[in-house]
Amino acid sequence: MKLDLLTSLYVFMLAAFIGFEVIRRVSPLLHTPLMSLTNALDAIAVVGAIILAGEYHAHGAMLAKILGTIAIVAATSNIVGGFLITDRMLKMFKASGPKKP
Amino acid sequence: MTNMPGLETIIEITYLIATALFILALKWLSSPTTARRGVFAGELGMLLAIAGTLLHHGIVEYKWIVIALVLGTIIGVPLGEVAMTAVPQRTALSHAFGALCVTLVGTAEFYLRTPDVPRFMMGVLSLEVILGSLTFTGSLMAAGKLQEVLPQRPITYKGQNIVNLGLLGVAVVVAGILVAHPEKTQLFPLIVGIPLLFGVMMIIPIGGADMPTVISLLNSYAGLSAAAMGFVLDSKLLIIAGALDGASGLILSINMSKAMNRSFTNVLFGAFGQEQAAVAGKQEARPVRSATPEEAAAILAAANKVVIVPGYGMAVAQAQHKVRELYDALTKRGVDVKFGIHPVAGRMPGHMNVLLAEADIPYDKLLDMEDVNGDFPQTDVALVIGANDVTNPAARTDAASPIFGMPVLDVDKARTVMVIKRSMGAGFAGIENPLYYLDKTLMLFGDAKSFVGSIVRELGGGHE
Repeated sequence: MKLDLLTSLYVFMLAAFIGFEVIRRVSPLLHTPLMSLTNALDAIAVVGAIILAGEYHAHGAMLAKILGTIAIVAATSNIVGGFLITDRMLKMFKASGPKKP
Repeated sequence: MTNMPGLETIIEITYLIATALFILALKWLSSPTTARRGVFAGELGMLLAIAGTLLHHGIVEYKWIVIALVLGTIIGVPLGEVAMTAVPQRTALSHAFGALCVTLVGTAEFYLRTPDVPRFMMGVLSLEVILGSLTFTGSLMAAGKLQEVLPQRPITYKGQNIVNLGLLGVAVVVAGILVAHPEKTQLFPLIVGIPLLFGVMMIIPIGGADMPTVISLLNSYAGLSAAAMGFVLDSKLLIIAGALDGASGLILSINMSKAMNRSFTNVLFGAFGQEQAAVAGKQEARPVRSATPEEAAAILAAANKVVIVPGYGMAVAQAQHKVRELYDALTKRGVDVKFGIHPVAGRMPGHMNVLLAEADIPYDKLLDMEDVNGDFPQTDVALVIGANDVTNPAARTDAASPIFGMPVLDVDKARTVMVIKRSMGAGFAGIENPLYYLDKTLMLFGDAKSFVGSIVRELGGGHE
């Protein structure tokens, strides 16, 4: 348990550093799509909700099912909506084409 | 499932690949040429992780999972298809959904694990639900303000910060007690309920112009709460996704607070919008020069270099497509047209870029403040559309100005400045803008959309 915890902290720290380095390079041009994309990725919390809603629980089964189901709905709408709108936005960004006379 | 010892490993491997894909997704987002590949990588990673999770042998019932996945998709599709002008409120709403998910899972985990929750677990669980629930109501409030179903005007009262910090303090103390005595389950509703209230109180004093900072900050909170959830569930994938989201929100918050010349601690403690009511009233009728669309068109047509500075007013007037026609008409005449974009123009980071890209303006014409400021002395005309405070030269020169020190677009260094504005009313912050009284400044009074339309007609362009 103790060791697991320490590993988790290492993982968090390294991910935070990677996040800073990678995201610092994102041009302000794309800051809105950046926010909608990270939001969609963040909805990976759905995996926790799925396990909560689907696992067998000796007690509190009802609570787990109800809260888990609502949580899946919330996260899934973020995944679907987030990826859709990010792609729609990015499709709009075009470089100036070759100059036509 | 003892006959399938490899299943757990397979699931873990899908998570590992998903993690790599998430990092690649953000890396590819750094350039517009690779960005869409990034979205694809993100989608693939998400799909893999969800598929892997569904294989989990502990799952005994799929009915509700499937129903929830379908329902979420039904809600998600329209949220992915909102108009570009509605993106800020959509983003705030999605922060609320993400936080809701995290809070609900955290709450359920507590009641399932109680009474023997290890101390550290209780600590991160508290962090998860506190951050989650304050982000939930805070984001809903922000979305309500942006959608204008709630009053946009900041509401302030005496001792507001003390009340807010007090509320948060109580929640933290209760969490502390729970860490010491996890068996006191009756206290748990408090660390959900108080932050829910705090989230509302936190956004009450926020006005529209502070929204870019607030949305970024809520983004960061949402990420951190998800990372805390990862600690609770011992899911490395979730820790990493949460840390990436948290880092992204933090970077944007820092950018935004720098662009508004607020210290980062000022932002962290939610002390937004305080100075706003400060200066107003000392408005005297000073002479300004105004011009008609015909005159404006003649000056623009004679220019070599034009920089257009858009602000939230352009979004409100839905003028971006007319601006595109103006861009076309001027470019056709050989005028070099660029756009100068302040980091806090609009209601969220990058808002103006998305609107202008939607109107088909090439992204290489959209320049950041740092890139465009050096160009103004060689610019013939700076055309300000619906922006005010971000062009105020007093931020550079007048130490008494409430926005002194805020980085601004140096439009006053251009040879001629034209400002499209409804009237001479002061800007959001109630701060007077000396730019309007300069000899080189021409005020173009009217609605941004129709005024730009009139200029375009004079230039002989337009599609109507």
